[in-house]
Amino acid sequence: MSEEVLQQASPGLIPGSGTARAAKPTRLSPSFISWLQAGPMMLVFLAFFLIPLVFVVIVSFWDYNEYQLLPAFSGRGYTDTFEGCIAQLPDLCTIGKTYVKTLKLCFMVWAITLFIGFWVAYFLAFHVKSKTWQMGLSLLCTIPFWTSNVIRMIAWIPLLGRNGLVNSGLVKTGLINHPLEWLLFSEFSVVLALVHLFTFFMVVPIFNSMIRIDKSLIEAAYDAGATGFQTLVNVIIPLAKPGIVIGSIFVITIVMGDFITIGVMGGQQIAAAGKIIETRVNALQFPAAAANAVILLVITFLIITMMSRIVDIKKEL
Amino acid sequence: MKEGRPRSFYVLAIFFAGYVLFLYGPMIAIYVLSFQGPQGGLTFPMNGVSTFWIAKLFQGTGIVDLGAAFRRSLLLGIIVMIVTVVLSVAAGMAFRRRFKAQSLLFYSAIASLIVPSIITSLGISLEFRIIDDLIKAHWNENFETSMGLLTSGLGAHLTWTLPFGLLIMFAIFNRFDPRLEEAARDLGATPWQTFRHVVLPIILPSVIGIGLFGFTLSWDELARSSQAIGAVNTLPLDLQGLTTTVTNPDIYALGTVISAVSFTVITLALGTIHMLNKRQAAKGSDAGKGLV
Repeated sequence: MSEEVLQQASPGLIPGSGTARAAKPTRLSPSFISWLQAGPMMLVFLAFFLIPLVFVVIVSFWDYNEYQLLPAFSGRGYTDTFEGCIAQLPDLCTIGKTYVKTLKLCFMVWAITLFIGFWVAYFLAFHVKSKTWQMGLSLLCTIPFWTSNVIRMIAWIPLLGRNGLVNSGLVKTGLINHPLEWLLFSEFSVVLALVHLFTFFMVVPIFNSMIRIDKSLIEAAYDAGATGFQTLVNVIIPLAKPGIVIGSIFVITIVMGDFITIGVMGGQQIAAAGKIIETRVNALQFPAAAANAVILLVITFLIITMMSRIVDIKKEL
Repeated sequence: MKEGRPRSFYVLAIFFAGYVLFLYGPMIAIYVLSFQGPQGGLTFPMNGVSTFWIAKLFQGTGIVDLGAAFRRSLLLGIIVMIVTVVLSVAAGMAFRRRFKAQSLLFYSAIASLIVPSIITSLGISLEFRIIDDLIKAHWNENFETSMGLLTSGLGAHLTWTLPFGLLIMFAIFNRFDPRLEEAARDLGATPWQTFRHVVLPIILPSVIGIGLFGFTLSWDELARSSQAIGAVNTLPLDLQGLTTTVTNPDIYALGTVISAVSFTVITLALGTIHMLNKRQAAKGSDAGKGLV
């Protein structure tokens, strides 16, 4: 590459004539270079994440009719959402029940993924000694994450369906007389699919924390007479806590906002926070959809704030 | 410590094997089922073995216009991959120095990763609707929409791939030895030469990893596409649309084809990473290693 081309492409040198100032002909200030380097990514987040979030909040206070958005201040998005809630007290209204159900699903998926994720990560970090095996086995767990979620969902249909493998197996062995109806398109299948899809998000951060634990600490605990269980509770779990918290934040936020898995695996029958937003959008009630998005965002934010009290995320990365 | 493997090893090894079976078992089931005979249904047992359903997809006589959706997804995936690699590497370099707005960028990336996808997607769709309304009101009454695969769709996918890219860059530069750059500078290299001939070759395997993430995350992305992609569908969206109406193994065939592309890309990327690592190990110098 010629020197001239290098000069033009260099992030550290003034690229052409237009920006060259007489006093400082060659070098740009380091802070300007940083802007050049980080600016494009910042712009993407600004245009496609931060401004859209602001729009969600603004539109949630707009009015609407059957055809269009009306840019006038209105609380209708929120009042429509909570319609009849106060009259029904102390019973929960539909929206209240939906959120309770979402939180319940979320908690179940979180508990199961945490259990599986912890022991899978533990096995990989402490029991697999050879680096090659460790890499190979981690990769084995990672690859499904790189393939389509819908495919991994519909993969359960031939297993759990009315005539699926599980049902026909159980009927043949005589354990049951009629196929179980609750295996597919039920809360059970939703939780199963969510665990199947998202345990990965638990395994990776926990594994990352565990791999950094100094093995001599474990030996020290052993030498000091701790049992395996005591070492686990007093040494490994506290040191793996950052990974546990980060994994939990991932799983909880994904499940709170999920509407696709709950839609497909619940046979479009189970209401959840994310589904409300989707339904409202399909009905072109954008302010109501935005209002629900704001509510969901606030709840998610509260959960994350609570969890990040336990650990400083930035320090851990 | 005791000799040999403790009992917990075997318990956890079985647990791990069970987890892997749980991960792969169902997927393998649909790959097998997509090779049903023409009379085959959605469940086992197999009704003959053929490539009938896969062939039907490619003839375009089936349920979706596979070719068009396939090309759209592929195009989007490749663009997302390139943009993700370039922006992540650049931003990763920036984070090695302190700069203003550092925390803002970091927290935007983390927030983008954990704010539920449906909210991001809805926000982008609202943003573009408002832009459309403005254009219609002020410039052109017949304007259709600015939403599309390479505007709102691309943006939606980048909010998902860029945080991963940035986090991988952090991991790379945590392990990077800045003395290598100092050496290059002392030898008179320009910043660009230092980057091109010293930094890039060392980080290249991980950069390919970022590209792999970028492509496959976009290729399989659904939640963020759902509201933000505009009038056309990507392959995963078509697939999701089918889940409510499907009665034929078409859907499994489509799933198998999508997975095949994912696996091909993963294999190619991992192969390249492996090759680069080997080359680095063979050609890299061990100068100075004995001193530390």
